[in-house]
Amino acid sequence: MADKDAHNGAFYQRDREWHPPAYAPIYKTSVKRSPNAALISLDNTISEITGPVFGHNMIGEYDNDLIQNYAKAGELPIGQRIIVHGRVLDEDRRPVPGALLEFWQANAGGRYRHKKETYLAPLDPNFGGCGRTITAEDGSYRLRTIKPGPYPWPNGVNDWRPAHIHFSVFGHGFAQRLITQMYFEGDPLIWICPIVKTIPSKEAIESLIAPIDMENTIPMDARAYKFDIVLRGRRSTMFENRMEGN
Amino acid sequence: MQQKLDRLKESPSQTAGPYVHIGCTPNFTGIHGIYDEDLGTRIINDKTKGERITIRGRVFDGTGTPLRDALIEIWHADANGIYPSPEDKRGEADPNFRGWGRSPGDMETGEFVFETIKPGVAPFKDGRPMAPHVTFWVVARGINIGLQTRMYFSDEKAANEADPILQRIEHKVRIPTLIAEKTGDGEYRFDIRLQGDGETIFFDI
Ligand SMILES: [Fe+2]
Repeated sequence: MADKDAHNGAFYQRDREWHPPAYAPIYKTSVKRSPNAALISLDNTISEITGPVFGHNMIGEYDNDLIQNYAKAGELPIGQRIIVHGRVLDEDRRPVPGALLEFWQANAGGRYRHKKETYLAPLDPNFGGCGRTITAEDGSYRLRTIKPGPYPWPNGVNDWRPAHIHFSVFGHGFAQRLITQMYFEGDPLIWICPIVKTIPSKEAIESLIAPIDMENTIPMDARAYKFDIVLRGRRSTMFENRMEGN
Repeated sequence: MQQKLDRLKESPSQTAGPYVHIGCTPNFTGIHGIYDEDLGTRIINDKTKGERITIRGRVFDGTGTPLRDALIEIWHADANGIYPSPEDKRGEADPNFRGWGRSPGDMETGEFVFETIKPGVAPFKDGRPMAPHVTFWVVARGINIGLQTRMYFSDEKAANEADPILQRIEHKVRIPTLIAEKTGDGEYRFDIRLQGDGETIFFDI
């Protein structure tokens, strides 16, 4: 039977010069957490082409709404109300439906709800800081939150993270597994952040900066930012694994 | 000029950071009421077919210190070697098998624990059997791009020797870093060393 969508082969090789290297001394923690040996390169097997499936039915009504998913009844978190939306695509611009996105962030003051967090900015009793969603058939997703604040962190004595939202992404194969961060257009801290600077090129950094999107803004309510995520594309199997000369 | 390929570049990876557990295992960090249960907590249930096993281990940095802020995920086949994924066209996997697990590690010791079943044999691209194995994916603060490795079983010596992936590893002396030690009945230990002596083999796959 001819497979209509024959793009179900191995995922394209990762461009390791586009991603941050494991060892990036500007980000000090990476120094002792980076392998010394070269990665062993292998084409995907069935173990990497496959991956877990997440159903839309596991997503709760407020899972993608960080404004409401932790707030007490009748209360709201403090901060700038924003919508983040976009699509998950592969490198061939095909939409990736059914992709699980998990996101987490600091509150409006730059404080995370975590035991090990010591920044003096206060917790917001109405903000938990995590959410999740699953992409639609066209790869689209949408979430609502409070714009996170920048925060200082121990690396250099005066290093600050730009405002950002962490994203964890599952595509269709475990080889597509990715964690990244979204930054906000116009933030001057982006270009002096050691973690951002682990990314080798300006072009790659810019691909993580979400522009303001006035067309998706809700007037008098919430501004919108557009953030597309790109996962590894995959080869066609049309001429693979066929006996020849028979 | 020729035509353009017009492809997109993959979104560049960024570290999971120190607070990955807020996003991926919020109940573990004490954030309750958003999700009923953290994802990846249960790989099997009472009806899952296969030999019950427990995998424990820790992730060590280049100084030998265990990480206490990592997130470890595993993915493996069912007892018949089938993956519970529509991408596996070879047949239906055990409906009571999730295949995927996630552990934040113990807050004090960093030890991860996975209760699952021993995977069956799945084929390499050319049809040769791959020895039973578990795919691992590790992220943490200081890891700029997720590290992928494989765990094989110490009690599958013959299968491991015939495994097409293990056979292709040039430095045979490093292969033991991919093999979990059987420490008891159904108990395996798989420590991951990020750097230096006994550094685990990681794959670009
Ligand atoms: Fe962060």
